[in-house]
Amino acid sequence: MAVLVNNKTKVITQGITGKSGEFHTKLSHEYAPRFVGGVTPGKGGTKGVCDLPIFDSVREAREKTGANASMIFVPPPFAADAILEAIEAEIELIVCITEGIPVLDMAPVKKVLARSKSRLIGPNCPGVITPGQCKIGIMPGHIHKPGKVGIVSKSGTLTYEAVGQTTAIGLGQSSCIGIGGDPIIGTLFIDALQMFQEDKDTEAIVMIGEIGGDAEIKAAQFIKENIKKPIAAFIAGQTAPKGKRMGHAGAIISGGSGTAAEKMDALRAAGVEVVVSPAELGSGIAKAIKNFKK
Amino acid sequence: MNIHEYQAKALFAQNGVAVPRGYLANNTIEAEFAFRRLKSPVAVVKAQVHAGGRGKGGGVKLVKTAEECRQVTEKMIGMNLVTHQTGPEGKLVRRVYIEEGSEIAKEYYLALLLDRETASIAVMFSTSGGMDIEEVAHKTPEKIVTVVIDPTTGVQPYHIRVISTQMKLDAAETKELGGILHNLYKMFMKYDYSMLEINPLIVTKSGKMMALDGKMNFDENALYRHPEIEAMRDFAEEDEREVEASKYGLSYIGLEGNIGCLVNGAGLAMATMDIIKHYGGQPANFLDVGGGANQEQVTNAFRLLLRDSNVKAIFVNIFGGIMRCDVIAKGVVAAAKELGLKIPLVVRLEGTNVEEGKKILETSGINLMSAANMADGAEKVVAAAKKAK
Repeated sequence: MAVLVNNKTKVITQGITGKSGEFHTKLSHEYAPRFVGGVTPGKGGTKGVCDLPIFDSVREAREKTGANASMIFVPPPFAADAILEAIEAEIELIVCITEGIPVLDMAPVKKVLARSKSRLIGPNCPGVITPGQCKIGIMPGHIHKPGKVGIVSKSGTLTYEAVGQTTAIGLGQSSCIGIGGDPIIGTLFIDALQMFQEDKDTEAIVMIGEIGGDAEIKAAQFIKENIKKPIAAFIAGQTAPKGKRMGHAGAIISGGSGTAAEKMDALRAAGVEVVVSPAELGSGIAKAIKNFKK
Repeated sequence: MNIHEYQAKALFAQNGVAVPRGYLANNTIEAEFAFRRLKSPVAVVKAQVHAGGRGKGGGVKLVKTAEECRQVTEKMIGMNLVTHQTGPEGKLVRRVYIEEGSEIAKEYYLALLLDRETASIAVMFSTSGGMDIEEVAHKTPEKIVTVVIDPTTGVQPYHIRVISTQMKLDAAETKELGGILHNLYKMFMKYDYSMLEINPLIVTKSGKMMALDGKMNFDENALYRHPEIEAMRDFAEEDEREVEASKYGLSYIGLEGNIGCLVNGAGLAMATMDIIKHYGGQPANFLDVGGGANQEQVTNAFRLLLRDSNVKAIFVNIFGGIMRCDVIAKGVVAAAKELGLKIPLVVRLEGTNVEEGKKILETSGINLMSAANMADGAEKVVAAAKKAK
């Protein structure tokens, strides 16, 4: 029933006393009261936003609260460390919102993750939400509606477009996963697509990619072989000039690879309903659902 | 972040990678002096710009006397160098690097960059260096060998053996390459590179392996811990609007069109450019105010947009997650009032604190068009820009 988070998830915030950590813990907890504590080394024993208990370490927080998820709002120089600490404390779901982590810091994190019990979403991501049940991240809760479309995306704000549109046409969302825009991330498109394929609440999938790297090309291949549900996609940056870094550390085209056109072609060939305008995400998935039943 | 060849060569020299001797020259006097100091029968005058393909564009010239060096430098400094990497507008040459000539026997290619999928360092090597490596990759890919170095192990002898065997290097070259690769890998990890490229990596007639050029690109997320690298930044090589934007903590890229865009989030900003084009308009820029932008940053973003004389209409497209609609709204109002907004403004707000944001705009007294959604906003702003022509 939905993926990654639900009304049994217990969340702690690493970096709960920082401005962003505090703000988003409050909003997320008000959306769905799943938060059980926070971690700020040195402030253990005190109370934070929403009267949540603060601990000095992730291990202690987990022991005292039974937390199985963590939302990380730690600044870039210390974020990889925060992820590693959560992995070591065996937190099952780690959602790292932080943007700006040095790329090479994530290399060892990826290795440690592979042999751990944890799943990492992000970094540099908006988070994960199962509408009505649990929100871990910065997405505005009120635009979501419990429903049947699983959404996976590299971009935060562009995800909200897909959410807004699928809510407007009445389909709603089963879960939304923001995998983030950095070069090295914990969960890839393929991982999210697999989760949605296996989830009985997800009847259709929307995928939002962007220029840079080849994750979407790999996803196209995976979709051909493994996805048996209607799926629509949009690739941002069709009109981006070559060689320019567009905000995301990950979104750089170099040479001929990583272009939007290439990715769109690959996805179409895999049977995906590819929309060229971001305003057509809702109508695109509706069309894919209609055509799929035929 | 990019650096110049002369800076890259200094880093190579400091980190055990052999380079020819050379000196930076800011004018003809320094160039002539450099030639004399080098005491070499042949020297090379090389334009210092952040772009490749300098040779074909006339930015690399051999000289045999101090006088020739002076003359070539005089022509080169102040020239607008156009290469296939500068764009048609070219780049102004402000400085040159005077380097001793090398007796080149072979030209190889060597590059290190991050391999995302494996979270490792990819090493690319080819014996077909000195020319357009993209063409080599396209036409004769078997001439390039790639090995992936796991940061857990670092460079191992077998990595060198794979390269050597596939590229048929002799024993002496293999040994030199091994040493260079060890040092380059150490540099890569030490300074947080995104990309490090040596083209050509030459073998001299006496068998010495040296970096004849160096293109270095650093991970901007890591600059905070490398102040000495950050100090090498040459703002003059960057678009001045982009430089100003980065001072405000904004992500900005100037384009050729007439519709200014102010968006939160890189993905949505790219999609905004896409949808404007979809409706027949031309974006003037990519601008991501990010999630944590405060009112002042929003005002500065607006200021930046209005400074572009090409801009005939502005589209503010916000879907607030971290970004709060009321903060954007206050920033837009402050900017419009302070800068005396005279061109059409289309605003689309959605997300966190949207009602507060909309109210601030409604009661502001500023002339603007509000959009119900992204498509509506794009259509309106494209129409407004067309009318303004």
